[in-house]
Amino acid sequence: MQHLTKFAWGAGVVLLLVAPYLGLYPVLLMKILCFALFACAFNLLLGFTGLLSFGHAMFFGSAGYVTGYAMKAWGVTPEIGLLLGTAVAALGGLLVGALAIRRQGIYFAMITLALSQMVFFILLRAPFTGGEDGLQGVPRGWLLGSIDLSNDLAMYYFAVAVFTFGFLAIWRIVNSPFGHILKAIRENEARAVSLGYDASRFKLLAFVLSAALAGLAGALKVLVLGVETLTDAHWHTSGEVVLMTLMGGVGTLLGPVIGASAVVGIQSELADKVGSWVPIIMGVIFVICVLSFRKGIVGELASVLTPSRGREHSEPGVSPSARGSVARLK
Amino acid sequence: MEVFGIPAQAWLGQILLGLMNGSFYAVLSLGLAVIFGLLNIINFNHGALYMLGAFCAWLGLNYLNIGYWWSLLLAPLVVGAFGMVLERTLLRRLYELDHIYGLLLTFGLALIIEGLFRHFFGVAGQPYPVPEALMGATDLGFMVLPTYRAWVVAASLAICLLTWFIIEKTRLGSYLRAGTENAKLVQAFGVNVPLMISLTYGAGVALAAFAGVLAAPVIQISPLMGSNIIIVVFAVVVIGGMGSILGSIMTGLGLGVIEGLTKVVYPEASATILFVIMALVLLLRPAGLFGREA
Repeated sequence: MQHLTKFAWGAGVVLLLVAPYLGLYPVLLMKILCFALFACAFNLLLGFTGLLSFGHAMFFGSAGYVTGYAMKAWGVTPEIGLLLGTAVAALGGLLVGALAIRRQGIYFAMITLALSQMVFFILLRAPFTGGEDGLQGVPRGWLLGSIDLSNDLAMYYFAVAVFTFGFLAIWRIVNSPFGHILKAIRENEARAVSLGYDASRFKLLAFVLSAALAGLAGALKVLVLGVETLTDAHWHTSGEVVLMTLMGGVGTLLGPVIGASAVVGIQSELADKVGSWVPIIMGVIFVICVLSFRKGIVGELASVLTPSRGREHSEPGVSPSARGSVARLK
Repeated sequence: MEVFGIPAQAWLGQILLGLMNGSFYAVLSLGLAVIFGLLNIINFNHGALYMLGAFCAWLGLNYLNIGYWWSLLLAPLVVGAFGMVLERTLLRRLYELDHIYGLLLTFGLALIIEGLFRHFFGVAGQPYPVPEALMGATDLGFMVLPTYRAWVVAASLAICLLTWFIIEKTRLGSYLRAGTENAKLVQAFGVNVPLMISLTYGAGVALAAFAGVLAAPVIQISPLMGSNIIIVVFAVVVIGGMGSILGSIMTGLGLGVIEGLTKVVYPEASATILFVIMALVLLLRPAGLFGREA
C-alpha cells in the first residue's frame, strides 16, 4: 500500500510535467489546475473542518476581478496581481467567516450562499467590473519582469508551480497540529471546546485560509484565460465546486483534483455536443453522487485497497456529529 | 403631499409592492420551515418547485385551457404529489446521514428541474394574464390600490394562517409537532411517521407551488425565477429563524416592505439590503429574530 501510494504520487507529478506534450490542450489543462486548486481549498473547509460553504464562488470570482483589474488598469506584474487577488479573498474570508461561524450546520450553508449572492450583486454593479460583459483582454504579463507568460507553455509551468504551492500548503495545514484540531472540531465540536480549544477561532482561521486559496485559484484563472465574467462569482460555480469535491472524495487530499478534472473535462467535452443539456447532466451526476457515491472516486478506491482498517472511520467527509438525529425515524 | 421629497403615492405604492413580495417570502419560508421541522432538511429545490407551480399554471392555461382559479387549486396538488414522489424515492434514503446531504441532494434536483425548463422554454419570460375578476384598481382617495396585489397579500395571509391553524390547533398538527420533538416515540404510539413525513414534504412544496401560481400574473414566468427568489428566502429564514410560524410570516412581510422602501430611497441597494440586514442580525442576535436554536 505504501509503495502503491508513493508510486501514485510520483506518477501524478510526472503526468503534470509532461501533460502538454501528450497532445492535451494547454489552456484546458490550466483551467483544470485552477478548478482543482479551488476544489482543494473548498475541501479544506468541508472535508477537514466539516463546514459546508455554499458561497465559495465569491472568493474565486472577486479575486479574479481584482487580479484582472490590477493587471489591466495598473499594469502590475503577474505575481503582484496574484498576491492582490489572494489578499482581497483572504480579507473577504475574514468578514464572511466571522459572520457565518456564528451559526452552524445548514444555517452556515445558507448564510454563505446569501452573502455570496450579495457579492454577486456588488460585482454586477461595481464600476470596475464591466457589468454583464465582464473584464476582457487581461494581459498575462511578464513573470518577475523577465518571463513572457503569453507563451502557453511558460504559463502552464507557472500554473503548475502555483497549483503545487497551494496543494502543498493544504497538505501542510491538514497534517499540522492545527489541522488535527480542525478534524477534532469536525468530529465533535463540543468535545473540542471542552478540551479547551476555542473552536470559533480555529474555524475562522480555516475559513480565511480556504478563502485565500480559493482566491489564488480565481486569480490564476484570470491570468490563464484573460477574461473574467460574473459566471465565476455565480452560485452555480459554488455548486460546481461542491460537486467536484464530492465526486472526487470529500476529506481526501487528491479527491478534489480528480473531481475537478472530471467535471471540467466532462463540461468541455459535452458543451459543443449537447449544449443546454450540460447543467441537467451535472444535476444528475450530483444526485447520483449524493445517493450512492458519497465517498467519491478516491474514497471508494481507498476503501477497496485497504479493506481491513476501521471501516466505520473510513467514510471521509462531512461531520458525523449531527448524524442520527433523524435516524431515529427509522 | 411629499415625504422626504418623494411623493406619498410612490411610498405607498412601494409599500404595497413590498407587502406583495413579502407575501411570497412568507409563504416560501413557511414551507421551508414546515419541511425543516420534521425532516431536518433544507429544501434547496423549493425555488424550483415554486417555478414549477407557475409553469403548471401557464401550461394549464395554454394547452389544457385550465383557468387561474383551477390552477390555484390544481398546481399545488400536482407539485405536492411530485414532491411526495421525490421524498419516497430519493430523500428517504438520506435520513440516517448528516443533514448536509439533504441540502446537496435537493440542490442537484433543483439543477435538473431548472435545467430541463431552460432547455425546453429558454430563459425568456412568459406572460400570464391577470384573471378577469381581479383586474383593475380601486381609488382609495390617498392612493390607487391594484386589485390583484391586494388579492396576493390577502390570499397569502389566508394560506399562512390556515397552515398555522392546522399545525397548532388540529389533531394532525399535534402529531406533527410531536414528531418534530421526538419522531421515534410518536411512532411507538402507533402514528404512521413515514407517511406523515411524506405528507409534510408534499404540503411544504405545495405551499411553494401556491406561491408560484399567485406570482404568475405579476412576474415573468421564467425557469430562473426560482433560484432568484430562493436565495433571498434563505436570507429571510436566517433573519427570522425557523422556530415559529407566525415569526416566519411577520419576517417575510416586514422584509418585503423594507425592500420596497429601499427601492424608493436608494434603488441601488434594493438587491442587497436583505443580505445586509441578515449580516446585522447575525452580529446582534445570532439565533435570528424568532429563533430558538443557537
